[in-house]
Amino acid sequence: MEIPARQSLPAMKQAPSHQGGQKGDPAFRLLVTATGVGVLVVLGAIIAVMVTGGWKAFATFGPGFLVSAVWNPVTQHFGAAAPVFGTVISSALALLVAVPLAFGTAFWLTALAPPAAASVIGMAVQLLAAVPSIIFGMWGFFVVVPVVAHYVQPAARQLFGHVPGLSALVAGAPFGTGLFTAALILAVMITPSITAVMRDVFLSMPAVLRESGYGLGATRWEVMRHVVLPWSRQGVVGGIVLGMGRAMGETMAVTFVIGDSNHIGWSLFAPANTIASLIALEFPESPAGSLKLASLMALGAILMAISFVTLWFSRWLLARGEQAAGH
Amino acid sequence: MKANNTLMRADRSASLLWRRHMCDKLATGLSWLGMLIVVFMLGSILWTLFKNGLAGMSVHLFTLSMAAPGQPGGLANAIMGSIIQTGLAILIGAPAGLMTGIYLAEYGAGSRMARIVRFVSDMLLSAPSILIGLFIYMMLVVPFGHFSGFSGAVALAILAMPIVVRTTEDMLRLVPVAMREAGIALGAPKWRVILFICVRAVRAGIMTGVLLSIARVAGETAPLLFTSLGNSEWSLDLGRPMASLPVAIYQYAGSAYQDWMQQAWTGALLVTLGVLIINIVVRVGTRGGRS
Repeated sequence: MEIPARQSLPAMKQAPSHQGGQKGDPAFRLLVTATGVGVLVVLGAIIAVMVTGGWKAFATFGPGFLVSAVWNPVTQHFGAAAPVFGTVISSALALLVAVPLAFGTAFWLTALAPPAAASVIGMAVQLLAAVPSIIFGMWGFFVVVPVVAHYVQPAARQLFGHVPGLSALVAGAPFGTGLFTAALILAVMITPSITAVMRDVFLSMPAVLRESGYGLGATRWEVMRHVVLPWSRQGVVGGIVLGMGRAMGETMAVTFVIGDSNHIGWSLFAPANTIASLIALEFPESPAGSLKLASLMALGAILMAISFVTLWFSRWLLARGEQAAGH
Repeated sequence: MKANNTLMRADRSASLLWRRHMCDKLATGLSWLGMLIVVFMLGSILWTLFKNGLAGMSVHLFTLSMAAPGQPGGLANAIMGSIIQTGLAILIGAPAGLMTGIYLAEYGAGSRMARIVRFVSDMLLSAPSILIGLFIYMMLVVPFGHFSGFSGAVALAILAMPIVVRTTEDMLRLVPVAMREAGIALGAPKWRVILFICVRAVRAGIMTGVLLSIARVAGETAPLLFTSLGNSEWSLDLGRPMASLPVAIYQYAGSAYQDWMQQAWTGALLVTLGVLIINIVVRVGTRGGRS
């Protein structure tokens, strides 16, 4: 079903050229290849800087750095467990909210909407994607935090506060700032970028495939589920990866609403920290060469590792999906 | 017996039809709900920004630089700093991203090297912006001993590039092979086929990527905290600390001063409107070009 766009074109080399192709082609090839390799150099440099920068922390605390939940600048004792916990939990919660929202919106835009409405709402989604992260932070702090503090957490406590096993999830004073709020903000932030990618790949599918589905009597949902989704799986996963990358790496929006507390607990509403928010908050008080800066760099290295695992996982899913589709 | 069978089959197909119909209705309803939630969020954000930000709109905002609380001040230096740093970042990042995308889609197909480059570009895409800030801090700030606008622009360029890479590659892959063949049949060399047929055919899609990258870097605060730092005075010197709108908003939003808070909201409105207007203009422009 896929268009064989990546097929190589050996004929090109023998093609007669009136426009300096013989000279232009190798030069152009060299140029783009060098740029591609430059990307590798940049990433290599980032990893090298993070690891060497954080080496002092790894050397001082050993493997205990990864499991220690202590972050105490006074006693010069630092551990990574609390911010790693906050990063993983907040991003996972955010994806749980964002992916269904994004898919629903993309489905609406490509299959359900009247053409005029689709272009307006499509534009609105694009605009939401364009809103800078710090705006989400301010909006979250001044609009969402009070709602969570006054309504959401009290309601959650009333519902689940006495249910064994669930009560721990909603425990704690209703500050409004914390993991739950951070996850909500992250979800709103990444939904439009996931939607935009999904919509673009859905729309880039040749209309005749979609029409064939309808022609066979399939419902709109069935066309989406059995024709559009299989065709565009790569782009959809790409969009989710993009959103996840933004969620885990997001700093400013989270810094406003996470509550700045290096604490691990069951409560979804407790103040916490993500790696990124901790770095942003602590960096100004971390002079060059200090153990604290080294610990922050080490956290940065851990964050890179988490990103790597996430991407590897998504690639694995993608490869499996392609196999299942029989490509 | 036979009649019974047929009846059962008809019954089954009717219930299947009903189930299919209900599935479709359910999906439709949820899809509507999702769309409405997303639109409501945008509405809420814009409403908050206008409600809090409009009051601070004045000529002084654009003519005066940042000042101490209680003093007459504006955001002129921060606005200029943002324009300079974002512009320079896109000038560096977008061409690099486009060329890498071309490499991945046109030259690297199937090669191990391209797989690695694609993977690494994805890594950079999800590489948290704050890490890029730390990286540039170590590479361009510590060795020179001072924060600078140039290092801020470089940090933003690294953030802009992978977005352009991904969209360029995704879009180029959608170009049908027949179009390339048509170009080759006319005797065009490969680089011309790529640049003037393939890239041209998907320029709207690539533009979306560049746009996403502008939208992302124009509002980025985290990487600038460690690189261009912010500056309360008017400065166009790329070698010195440079103000930017997001960093100014961050400083002001966390303050306890009424006038700083007001300027933070107005700055937030300004940066959001700026980004949104660019978006609208480019999107309407590409749509016009297509038809």
